[in-house]
Amino acid sequence: MAELQQRTLDALQKNEGWLLQAWNVDLAGSGADQDRRMSAEELGQQTADFLQLLVKGVRQGGGAGITDEAWAAARGFLEKLSRSRALQGFESQHTANFIFSLKRPLFTLLQRDLSDDPRLLAEQLWAISEILDMLGLFTVASFQKSREEVIRRQQEELLELSTPVVKLWDGVLALPMIGTLDSQRTQVVMESLLERIVETGSEIAIIDITGVPTVDTLVAQHLLKTVTAIRLMGADCIISGVRPQIAQTIVHLGLDLQGIVTKANLADALALALKRTGLSVVKA
Amino acid sequence: MERIPILRMGEFLLVTIQVDMHDQLALTLQEDLGERISATSARGVLIDISALDIVDSFTGRMIGTISAQSRIMDAHTVLVGMQPEVAITLVELGLTLPGVSTALDVERGMKLLSARVANA
Repeated sequence: MAELQQRTLDALQKNEGWLLQAWNVDLAGSGADQDRRMSAEELGQQTADFLQLLVKGVRQGGGAGITDEAWAAARGFLEKLSRSRALQGFESQHTANFIFSLKRPLFTLLQRDLSDDPRLLAEQLWAISEILDMLGLFTVASFQKSREEVIRRQQEELLELSTPVVKLWDGVLALPMIGTLDSQRTQVVMESLLERIVETGSEIAIIDITGVPTVDTLVAQHLLKTVTAIRLMGADCIISGVRPQIAQTIVHLGLDLQGIVTKANLADALALALKRTGLSVVKA
Repeated sequence: MERIPILRMGEFLLVTIQVDMHDQLALTLQEDLGERISATSARGVLIDISALDIVDSFTGRMIGTISAQSRIMDAHTVLVGMQPEVAITLVELGLTLPGVSTALDVERGMKLLSARVANA
C-alpha cells in the first residue's frame, strides 16, 4: 500500500476549512442537503466531524489500512452514521455518496498542492483514493448490516404478532391467520394451537383464513398438516373464512381437502361449533 | 418380560401406556390385546398415551394396526391424550392414522366409545 507523504498530510491539515466547504458544496450539488429526512445543519455537522476524524486517521494511521487502531474513531463514526441513515430509510448509494463526494475536493487539493511533482501526485492520489474507497465500502457494509438487523427484527415481531389463539367459547378456540403461510409459520401456529388445546381442553378449534392472501398447494398442505395434528390430539377442526377466490383456486388446483369441514365465515363456524357442543343461541 | 397392562372396565378394555414404547413392547401389546379382546369379547378399546413424549414411526404404525385389528374383532378403538409434540411428529412422519378415533382425555374418550358402541 502506498504511503502518504508528509507534504500530503500538511496540505490536508492546512486546507481543512477549504476542503469542508468544497465537500459541502459537492454534497449540495448531489441534492443531499435538500432531503427532508435530514436538515442541512445536521449534514454540515456530520461532514465537519468526519473530516476531522479523517485528518486524524490519516495523520496517525498513515498508509495502514482502515482496520488499524488509528481509524477506530472514524470507523465508529461511520457505523453510527450508516445505522442512522438505514433507520431513516436512505438508500445505500446515498449513504456511500457521503464518502465518495469527498474525493473530488481532495483530488483538487492534491493537484493544486503537488503540481510540481507529477510522480508524487499520482502516488498520493492513489493512496488517498484507496483510503476513501475502503471507507466507502465500510460504510455500505455497515449500512447493509443495520438494514438486515431491522429486517430480522421485523420478521421476528411479525411471527409473534400473527399467531394469537383466542378462546371463543368454553371448549371452542379460534386462530385467525393473517399473512402468507410458510413452513416456519405453520410450525409456530401449529405448536401454539395444539398447546392451547391441551391447556384448555377445547374440543373444537376454528382456523380462520380470511387474512391469508392466497392458497396454493403448499399452503393447503400446511393446513392439512395442522388439521391432522389437531385430529390426532382428539379435537375437531373447522376452517373458516374461505373466500370465493380461494375456493376457486382450491378447485382449480384440484386440491383434496380430505373431509375437512370448511365454512365461509367465522360466524358460521362458531354456530357449527356451538351446535356440536350441544349449545344453542336464543334471543333474550 | 416387560408388558403393558390391559385393564377391563365393563365391556371396554383400557390400555395406559406409561413407559417409553420400544418395538418389542408394541408387538407384545398387539398380541396381548388381540387375546384379551377375544377372551372378554370387549366392544371397545381405549388407549391412553398421555404419558408418551416420544413416538417413532414403528409405534405410530403399530397404533394404526392395533386399531384396525380391533375393528375386525368388532371392538372400537379410541386413542386419547396425545401430546402436541407427538401429534406434530406423527404428521411430519406422514402417519395420519386415518381410521383411528381420537379424544382429548380418558373421560371424553369413554364417552365417545359409549356413543360408538351404542350406535353400532
